[in-house]
Amino acid sequence: MAYVAVTGGREAVENAAALLERNRTAGDSAVDLDAIQARFGLLIDRVMSEAGFYAPRYAALALKQSEGSPEEAVFLLRAYRSTLARAYKSLPLDCEDMTLHRRVSAAFKDIPGGQFLGATYDYTHRLLDFGLMDGDMDSAKNREEPADKANAAPIKAPRISRELRRESLIADNPDSNSEPYDVTMNPLPFPAERSARLQTLTRADTGFLSGLAYAGLRGFGPSHPTVGELRTGELEVLLPHPLIEGETICAGGIVVTEVESLFSEESRESTREAAGDPLRRMEAGQGDRVDKSTAALSLGMGYGIVFGRQDTKAIAMSIMDHSLQTDGDGILQNQEFVLLHGDCLEMNGFISHLKLPHYVTFQSKLDRVRRGGGEEREESGDAR
Amino acid sequence: MRGNDYNFAFLDEGSKRVIRRALLKAVAIPGYQVPFGSRELPIGRGWGTGGIQITLSVIGPGDILKVIDQGSDDSVNALSIRNFVKTCTDVETTTDSGAASIIQSRHRVPEAPLKAGQIMVLQVPGPEPLRLVEPLESVTRVMHAEMDYSPMWLALYESIVRTGDIELGADYPVMVEGRYMMLPSPIPRFDNPKLNMSPALFLFGAGREKKIYALPPYSRVESIAFDDHPFKPEDVSGRVCRLCGAENVYFDELFDSETGERMFQCSDSGYCEKRREGAAR
Repeated sequence: MAYVAVTGGREAVENAAALLERNRTAGDSAVDLDAIQARFGLLIDRVMSEAGFYAPRYAALALKQSEGSPEEAVFLLRAYRSTLARAYKSLPLDCEDMTLHRRVSAAFKDIPGGQFLGATYDYTHRLLDFGLMDGDMDSAKNREEPADKANAAPIKAPRISRELRRESLIADNPDSNSEPYDVTMNPLPFPAERSARLQTLTRADTGFLSGLAYAGLRGFGPSHPTVGELRTGELEVLLPHPLIEGETICAGGIVVTEVESLFSEESRESTREAAGDPLRRMEAGQGDRVDKSTAALSLGMGYGIVFGRQDTKAIAMSIMDHSLQTDGDGILQNQEFVLLHGDCLEMNGFISHLKLPHYVTFQSKLDRVRRGGGEEREESGDAR
Repeated sequence: MRGNDYNFAFLDEGSKRVIRRALLKAVAIPGYQVPFGSRELPIGRGWGTGGIQITLSVIGPGDILKVIDQGSDDSVNALSIRNFVKTCTDVETTTDSGAASIIQSRHRVPEAPLKAGQIMVLQVPGPEPLRLVEPLESVTRVMHAEMDYSPMWLALYESIVRTGDIELGADYPVMVEGRYMMLPSPIPRFDNPKLNMSPALFLFGAGREKKIYALPPYSRVESIAFDDHPFKPEDVSGRVCRLCGAENVYFDELFDSETGERMFQCSDSGYCEKRREGAAR
């Protein structure tokens, strides 16, 4: 009788684990942890970002352990993270202190500090390089050193948005120097404050976030952005010295990608006033809608920051951050929709749980169907 | 997993304390969903992590643990959870619900009555009864605060108008102490009455949804219904366990793959085993 899920479970689980182990060790070449860490950097960046855990070595280990599955690797890192006590809080990092590896602006051609591509696939032709099938081509000996410029002294530059802020063109969020909300230690409250939203977005599944942002661009979101600045580089993580006041300790460096996207929008103040005051609307000869031509325009800002070199995810995050700052009935403006459905562990965990037996609940459902729909079914059967 | 690489009961002590605080609040307000900072575990989120976090937070070296899934001690998920807790705590485990100090379960309450001092931990996929009528968390929280359950009663009424009966299967909502509407987790309706005035402590954990709620011992728990449409558990009449001969329990339905014959056996495997042992003696 085919009823393996209830009896013989132990053996089945052990055999499944043995098959996995066979997959992991398949073939003749061992997978070197150093090689994964050195050469699969973008995959490691993605895994660390979705795990919310900056640990390249452990990310490489997780990938080695899980046949290279990002979903499983994120799972391993998140679970391990739960066992670690949170001992310190770093000082706030300022991305203007970043040692830049890459910096582009789609808004301005000439920017103080300059634009430079860094390592990017953007302008490569995606042609399979059959030369790499030969292992020898792959060695460090054959490496071509890039032009001198790339090895020049570390570059730092102020953000482009600084100038726009000086001209008061950006409808900014007021500075909040309160302690950020931590969604890894507390449940997400609704409405969620911005720090909680940003943390949730940066940890979100890359594909989910990109899909949402893409939907926003195609018309399901409030507006279309201009990437004011995208910068990738290294930041020092500093901790306050536990004993000596005013001193700091460097805990190490992290590579992040930061994006500031600019959206043209009605100045929030004028919109709010006009929308809130029916008299003003009538004076302006408006119906229920605010006439856009009379409302002052300003630039809205969407912010994205993610671990590693992840342009697309950082831009997607900035689009969704802006979307959640706007008022409206759109699905991408709904915090609960956007923030509750993109966590790698939560979405994959709940979908995969459908594979678990549901014998009890299905019996209950059957009981209802058998008892409730009986007569109707017979009748419709006759009619056929 | 090498046990000594990790803390007792896996989570760090600070996290366990956070969860115990949420549990205390949940016990103090029966049926109220307490939000908590749900931690990630090595087990799939949606596979019982709420229940496991509760178990890990309350378990001590002297406890005896029983883990069941769909009533069975030996199903893959029960096995996996039991092995995990055992690896990181080294506690004794059992299949006898009477011998256990903590029973973690998915989708069932054991057939044998629970006793005072026992802790029943139930895994919860979706904790919010009002989700049926309202998708937004911010709104349902207000509805609970105002005890505004009218949309739910209306949904029940509409169900009766449409189909002649309340079309809810497992996870049938209850009212706790006449105050909070609560989901009992996807246990069959057959198990709902076991919650009422139970001498055991019931703890409910939803890991993915980050909620904990509880029924302290001897809580008044009523399945929601109308006077002229009373609550009806699943009909188990005329069914007999093919293994132990039990009646009036909840059954798994089996089909013989060769003859196509339909038969039943106890869903609660520990109960069934104990009856068979008793009969053999």
